[in-house]
Amino acid sequence: MPMHGDVAISVSGLGKSYFVGHEASSRFRYTALRDVVARNFKDLVRKTHDMLRGRAVVQGDHIEEFWALKDVSFQVNRGEVIGVIGRNGAGKSTLLKVLSRITEPTEGRIEITGRVASLLEVGTGFHPELTGRENIFLNGAILGMTRPEIRSKFDEIVAFSGIERFIDTPVKRYSTGMYVRLAFAVGAHLEPEILLVDEVLAAGDAEFQRKCLGRMRDVAGDGRTVLFVSHNIAAVRALCSRCLLLNGGRVTAAGAPSEVIAQYVSHETEALTFRRAAANDERPSITSATIEEIAAGAIPGERLLKIRLTAHATQANQVEISALLRDNMRAPVGFAPVGSLMSEAPARLHKGANNFMLVIDISSLALGQYTVTLQISKPLSDIVDSCPDCLVFDLGSEHFSEVNPLRQDWQVGSVVFRSQIIPLQ
Amino acid sequence: MSAVVHETLILEAGRTERHYWRELWRYRDLFLVLAWRDVAVHYKQTIIGLAWAVLRPFATMMVFTFVFGRLANLPAEGNAPYALMVFAGLLPWQFFSTALSESSGSLVDNSNLIGKVYFPRLIIPMASVFVALVDLLVTLSLLAATMAWYRFTPSWQLLALPLFVVLAFLASLGPGLWLTAMNVKYRDFRYVLPFVVQLGLYVSPVGFSSSLIPDDWRLVYSLNPMVGVIDGFRWAVLGDQARIYLPGFAVSCSVIVILLFLGLRKFRAMERAFADLI
Repeated sequence: MPMHGDVAISVSGLGKSYFVGHEASSRFRYTALRDVVARNFKDLVRKTHDMLRGRAVVQGDHIEEFWALKDVSFQVNRGEVIGVIGRNGAGKSTLLKVLSRITEPTEGRIEITGRVASLLEVGTGFHPELTGRENIFLNGAILGMTRPEIRSKFDEIVAFSGIERFIDTPVKRYSTGMYVRLAFAVGAHLEPEILLVDEVLAAGDAEFQRKCLGRMRDVAGDGRTVLFVSHNIAAVRALCSRCLLLNGGRVTAAGAPSEVIAQYVSHETEALTFRRAAANDERPSITSATIEEIAAGAIPGERLLKIRLTAHATQANQVEISALLRDNMRAPVGFAPVGSLMSEAPARLHKGANNFMLVIDISSLALGQYTVTLQISKPLSDIVDSCPDCLVFDLGSEHFSEVNPLRQDWQVGSVVFRSQIIPLQ
Repeated sequence: MSAVVHETLILEAGRTERHYWRELWRYRDLFLVLAWRDVAVHYKQTIIGLAWAVLRPFATMMVFTFVFGRLANLPAEGNAPYALMVFAGLLPWQFFSTALSESSGSLVDNSNLIGKVYFPRLIIPMASVFVALVDLLVTLSLLAATMAWYRFTPSWQLLALPLFVVLAFLASLGPGLWLTAMNVKYRDFRYVLPFVVQLGLYVSPVGFSSSLIPDDWRLVYSLNPMVGVIDGFRWAVLGDQARIYLPGFAVSCSVIVILLFLGLRKFRAMERAFADLI
């Protein structure tokens, strides 16, 4: 007989809102000194007013309330392993933050019974100057382990990470791989009654990922309650007994993983627009993207995918913006880079919000559903911002006609799409 | 059925933690680890390490003794050596200014923790004050050396010194909590503090004795909480040579308590929103 005591997490009517600021397009903004002074003065008055009323200072010209979560209700029973899936910006991370008490809900109620630990990131609080050994104790304490607990698991943690030889070296001398392995090893040895985990399996090489997945399976098999957020559909399918699908801050499906995942990748999930807050550091980031249309091009048989996107930058920058397209089996079908070797002009970002139209020639794509991953990288260098699978579109029969047939120009290997980027005001 | 009784945690908007102080106690391990981290990291990759904790007050003492004692020819407390009097005032001041700067920036410095893990946020500023405490302990050895140099025998009053260290701790914690909470929301406070600390060094009786202040003004002067703390330190260190002005001391203590109350209240009120603001 199910009893009240069997419910580990109970969420009802949960909502979380943020205030986000938008800057007016800044291209022709600073025309005269007078305008600049007037603008800054108005800004100062508003900020002072906010401060006196005890509100947070929000940068930007327009301020808008944004609900990251709305009307979310669900229950997790003791011992259940539940997966939460959804696209970027669907509210998964916010849900985890609210559940792990990092931030307060705006409305609704959550009841949690049992000792909770959350793993939102591996290596939280790792200090580069401290050695691996010291960081194990530091990170363990931050994740909520007691000292005797860490001491008793210390050897196990070190063995799991596989970096015995460097345990007394400051972690700033570690390679990225070593760092991540040590960080995950600590997190993997958390043993609470309820574990909340964010996308942490995405780190390390394939071998290590397998090890991590195995460890997660052990933890789940131990009768612990686990709430697991992931993009990794395979991992969710393998680990979870039940699944929630979040979309636009709401739960749109709940039930057996196979059904929910099917819905996640099916037609109904066409997502033509995406938005999120700008990165809170120096990095340029994509704040919104919308599929404007799939239009016929000038040449017969040419189909153009037009994506309007906004990128936010804290300083003027030259970047490469690229789109990676996958089909609904998640196989990559092509890549559209702007500003790399393949197309001559890099995209120029100025400080503030930058609007672009990204035009991609998708004439070679057949009928079906495709997801778009948008990325910003330094030219020929690191990816600085990525929105995995942030847009989904259907290429339906309406896009094909006699004058607009499928044009086959497949090449061997990955396909590079012809693309261009047009700055908008 | 297991006999373990689970406590149910309820999260709601605007709900205040019922067992806040018990929760703080439960996280004492984290407090110790963070305090240890701050201390361990503080002098990493410096050549002389902890000696910095000695060098700075020593140099300040020399300059102050020269400027206030020799050039301005101000009187010391009783027959105590001027340098010793300066040192007894410099100790709590240095503790106060280090504690205040460390704690006021602490939340912003630890924003990566605040955005990723839950724990009572009060732990962060409290742990950061630990660095100042370690510095103080090191400087105390310098005080002993200075006493030996002047062949100065302390009285039983020295035993009261730990009490005044606690007082200095509370004096810095109140404003520190307020500042660190405000710093999360408005980074302006980061620029105000160095200026206040610099000015405070001259406004507080560090280089001179507070008995120089005219009697009519002493009570008002004691509104500066550090006046009471410094007077207390001098009373404990210099023994019979220093007299403590009790009404002024009471005023300073009241100000410390009020600031602590205001700081705590502000901190508690803003605590739940830190992760969204930082």
